[in-house]
Amino acid sequence: MSEPLSSEAAAEVVRLTASQVAAAVESGAVSAVEVAQAHLDRIAAVDDDVHAFLHVDTEGALAAARAVDERRSAGEPLGPLAGVPLALKDVLTQRGIPTTAGSRMLEGWRPPYDATVTARLKAAGVVILGKTNMDEFAMGSSTEHSAYGPTHNPWDLDRIPGGSGGGSAAALAAYEAPLAIGTDTGGSIRQPGAVTGTVGVKPTYGGVSRYGLIAFSSSLDQAGPCARTVLDAALLHEVIGGYDPLDSTSIDAPVPPVVEAARRGARGDLSGVRIGVVRELSGEGYQPGVEARFREAVELLTSLGASVTEVSCPHFGYALAAYYLIAPSEASSNLARFDAMRYGLRVGDDGEHSAEEVMAMTRAAGFGPEVKRRIMLGTYALSSGYYDAYYGSAQKVRTLISQDFAAAYDQVDVLVSPTTPTTAFRLGDKVDDPLAMYLNDLCTIPSNLAGGAAISVPCGLSDDDLPVGFQVMAPALADDRLYLVGAALEAALVDRWGGPLLDRAPALEGASS
Amino acid sequence: MPSLSRDEVAHLARLARLHLPDDELAHYAEQLEVILGAVAQVSEVAGADVAPTSHPLPLRNVTRPDEARPGLGQEAVLAGAPASEEGRFRVPRILGEEA
Repeated sequence: MSEPLSSEAAAEVVRLTASQVAAAVESGAVSAVEVAQAHLDRIAAVDDDVHAFLHVDTEGALAAARAVDERRSAGEPLGPLAGVPLALKDVLTQRGIPTTAGSRMLEGWRPPYDATVTARLKAAGVVILGKTNMDEFAMGSSTEHSAYGPTHNPWDLDRIPGGSGGGSAAALAAYEAPLAIGTDTGGSIRQPGAVTGTVGVKPTYGGVSRYGLIAFSSSLDQAGPCARTVLDAALLHEVIGGYDPLDSTSIDAPVPPVVEAARRGARGDLSGVRIGVVRELSGEGYQPGVEARFREAVELLTSLGASVTEVSCPHFGYALAAYYLIAPSEASSNLARFDAMRYGLRVGDDGEHSAEEVMAMTRAAGFGPEVKRRIMLGTYALSSGYYDAYYGSAQKVRTLISQDFAAAYDQVDVLVSPTTPTTAFRLGDKVDDPLAMYLNDLCTIPSNLAGGAAISVPCGLSDDDLPVGFQVMAPALADDRLYLVGAALEAALVDRWGGPLLDRAPALEGASS
Repeated sequence: MPSLSRDEVAHLARLARLHLPDDELAHYAEQLEVILGAVAQVSEVAGADVAPTSHPLPLRNVTRPDEARPGLGQEAVLAGAPASEEGRFRVPRILGEEA
């Protein structure tokens, strides 16, 4: 057994990217156990302030790391992410590990099976550190709707880390893990990525299995990679992506060559790439500093050889409204399974109440306000007399948005926009104003409705010194285009800044580095 | 703008199996009315000629070969149950609700 890393060495290890960690483990420069321990120590030092994790699996992580070290000692080949720590959003099942989806409804539940994403991570030798905080059942844009208290943005602990995957994004930004998994129903990977200065990818719908993902809105939910660099996200994408016979909506096609695209993009040549700026995703409601960084990033892409034109997607203005009918409708159906009968919470089972009363009492006690709001909204939209005007109309808008995308992709290879209209707002500012909260997802929702792929890459700091995200969208199964453009932008910006954007984040209280 | 009364929200809550106290019903009535007002615009966008899209992928039925394979054991299944008895799920009474 080697000596524990010095505090200086541990501080260096937690700042390595996933690809650097994997290379160091493979070469023997550091053991997977040392890497895991350094991250566990970092979590112990900062997570009281950040609250990125709901559950830390110390024993499981160290056992997984030991297995990687043993394979290396035995001369077995290691995969591209073997020994790399990862934070898993609490909406994905992991056998034997508490999984709550941020809800009291599932408190204490230990799944008897692994999600396909979890199984693929384990098979790849990825070291799962624990489960990350999230808005309850992935409903929210700030992680304030977690039943277990909010996560704090490592850039400013008084601000939100985005949602619903705020825990996953904050874990990356606080150097608690180099990789994380998120799920994106209306932007819950990309929006947290944008406001924490990290990279978040929503793969093509069906490109990553949803088996074992606790469903919110089945036609929109998509698991995907979160990382600090575009290349790391690509490496993770290739590990978790691909056909899964256990998911009937899984696409039976090869994973696009995303790692190769990220490496090519990092070389900085975008000659021949046609980029469309979406006219409808700017203007009123967009923070001036966000728009300024976005425009500068577009100019940078032009300087790398891309051709840039403005493209109109006239129905994007209706995407938010359609989403807030479709997602709650599907949620009201999916969450009907939490009925206090076979698993989860049960309240009022005292012999005096009927099954129906126990169901209603349990659901009232187990669900938080945002979930109840959406269940009732969905119940309304699907009810007799309102179905055509609300749910049916929203599905037609979905068609029009898909047609907008198709017309745009006839002209360009990718579409770009700011990821979010503003930077991270203060905790508590919008928690009682659902409409204001929903506006955060304005730019991210269209690609969920149409099923395409999208990425958010950090593109600088706004006038409030908080991170701004740059969104790239691509057609279904053209995920590699995201990585090509995203990596090119990242390389050019890192070169301009003299280092990654996260280097500019104020040091966390209690930080070990 | 659609209006939503407290009684209508109480009806929705019943349909959704949510036992909500009066003050919460009033609160949700106010918020749902605002949200529905904002999303009602969807009905003005698309004409009858636009087909609805329920899913980004064309869905097809998927079946696996009809082969017996081990499933979860009884103990694993019941481990997550709110209550069990004699190796089975125990549920509250369902008879006599109308009494």
